[in-house]
Amino acid sequence: MAESVCRSLRDGALEGELAPDLTIKDSLSSPFGFNVFSHILVQLSSHIVAGKSQSRGMVIVSLSRSPSSYTGLLKMNGVDVESSKKWIHILDCYTDPLGWKDKTRKSGDIMDPSNQILSSYKTVKDVNKLFSVICDLGRGLVGENKSRFCVAIDSLSELLRHSSMQSVASLLSNLRSHDQISSIFGLLHSDLHEERALAAVEYTSSIVASVDPFHHSVDGQGSYIRNSSEPNLTKGKLNIRSKRRNGRVRVTCEEFKVGPSGISFAPVSAVDGAAVAGLIPKVQFNLQLSEKELVDRSRVVLPFEHQGNGKPIQIYDGRRSLEESNNETTPISGGKKEESGRGEIIYFRDSDDEMPDSDEDPDDDLDI
Amino acid sequence: MEHQGLNLMDQALGFHSNMTQQPWPLCGRFVLVEDCVDTSGAFVLHHILKRSFTSRPSSAVIFLAFAHPINHYDRVLRKLGCNLSSQRDNGRFFFLDMLMLQCPVEGKPKHDGLATVFEKIERAISELHPENKKFVTVVIDDISCLEVAANGSSNDVLDFLHYCYTLTSENGYALVALNHQDIYSDGERPAFMLEIEYLADILVKVDPLATGLAKDVHGQVMVLNKETQKQQGISSIKVQNFHFKIKENNIEYFYPGTRT
Repeated sequence: MAESVCRSLRDGALEGELAPDLTIKDSLSSPFGFNVFSHILVQLSSHIVAGKSQSRGMVIVSLSRSPSSYTGLLKMNGVDVESSKKWIHILDCYTDPLGWKDKTRKSGDIMDPSNQILSSYKTVKDVNKLFSVICDLGRGLVGENKSRFCVAIDSLSELLRHSSMQSVASLLSNLRSHDQISSIFGLLHSDLHEERALAAVEYTSSIVASVDPFHHSVDGQGSYIRNSSEPNLTKGKLNIRSKRRNGRVRVTCEEFKVGPSGISFAPVSAVDGAAVAGLIPKVQFNLQLSEKELVDRSRVVLPFEHQGNGKPIQIYDGRRSLEESNNETTPISGGKKEESGRGEIIYFRDSDDEMPDSDEDPDDDLDI
Repeated sequence: MEHQGLNLMDQALGFHSNMTQQPWPLCGRFVLVEDCVDTSGAFVLHHILKRSFTSRPSSAVIFLAFAHPINHYDRVLRKLGCNLSSQRDNGRFFFLDMLMLQCPVEGKPKHDGLATVFEKIERAISELHPENKKFVTVVIDDISCLEVAANGSSNDVLDFLHYCYTLTSENGYALVALNHQDIYSDGERPAFMLEIEYLADILVKVDPLATGLAKDVHGQVMVLNKETQKQQGISSIKVQNFHFKIKENNIEYFYPGTRT
């Protein structure tokens, strides 16, 4: 449940344990990862402001969205960003991540004195420095004591683009091991990276929330839903895989819907569940046999096993006309034939040996 | 003010019939046009160029050309009824000729090359008349040639596009770029194209007809419009499909099957 994820992040880390780390994973076929990310950001921020969470502050590392969009988001959801007790700091890696704008204007200051909650960061390729800056900012929010803060990383995909998989994985591990960090959550686009990079990030996460399309498209490639008649362009499924402290893994699924007012979650609807479970196609006739039908079927004498008039079985072998062969027929039985020089067909019904529709593979007894 | 009826492309891009009253629909948005060898998507760029001049009296276009010289665009837009030379003289059209750009390989850090290109864009914007600064559209033709100019460094191209994108979010400008999807779709780096698709707010995909060449229909267009609440993310995705035919002086757009 999205609620349980928010609760895990809110409760944070126990003493001596790694901080919980959520990775939200989406793809172009269901590009709503940021909706989930902002939902969790707002929820966690409200808990922090209300004093209900372990973390007393939040550091947002914004790489793919402007810092002003975050302040706008929080204000829109009634979270006080400019309170007297400073609880949030946004590290701006979006506006000038590589320092290109430094050449045109004199804005080399790291701290912008006019804006208390914003710092710009211009060397996004240096992940080690990023780690120390995040820790410094967090300590600046909550102090040097035992208080903790949480970290939100706007786009792990951007980080992976700027630096190596190893450095991003070690950044996440270092953040998780930091004794003042309560929880971490980040957004990742799964179709932009190789399998091993995705696996590395997922391995360091304690919760992976995968944003999937509502119906799995036939097109295996991560592409936008092209069919304009597809009605569910605003819906999707959130598959959450969380590792508990006791080592168990819990997998849950929810539906979500996005709209102008934000994202809403609901349990998977029953109709859809039944449709998935019932793999037998719905047809107008019954394909199964009842008990009585099974018994009746075993009693049926096959056409070539009876003559229709009570006489023993005679099989026409095609060499003479039927009338002539009537006088010279040889009754078929399981025993030996009576006369020689005449063709005889001994029929053993092999279907008596096995049940109909048996799953036994007739090639099983081949010994090659 | 031209009182033209809106065609399907205009509707898909979000234009309104009374364009002077409504805000410029491409404000703060990135339009990515993807085409292929069989069907060129350059006509979409030309369409947007023309619209940006005709819809508003106070708008400007910064055009980064990596593929064709200015004469080419002048000729094409003239047929569509738009005079680029006079727009340039009025200070509403800035043509940055990047055809000979080759980023330095040795000696200097690689991203200096594209950083200077970005610097040029910023300088061009700062030289605009304040009146024309409200609705600026930056057009890039095209991303594949930009990558060639950057010595094949797709990371530098993505950084450059990110910086151009910051112009849209910070200042409400529009960004329009053309990319050739068949170069990247079955190569080793499909991620490059996907990265740009993530960044785009409106995706215009131009493809040939599945049935092959035709005299009356030159191709099909899919316009995917991500309506975003910028703060919260995507609120809905609208997809529209239609066909087009390129004629001498204009382009016709129509729904499949409506051509008699």
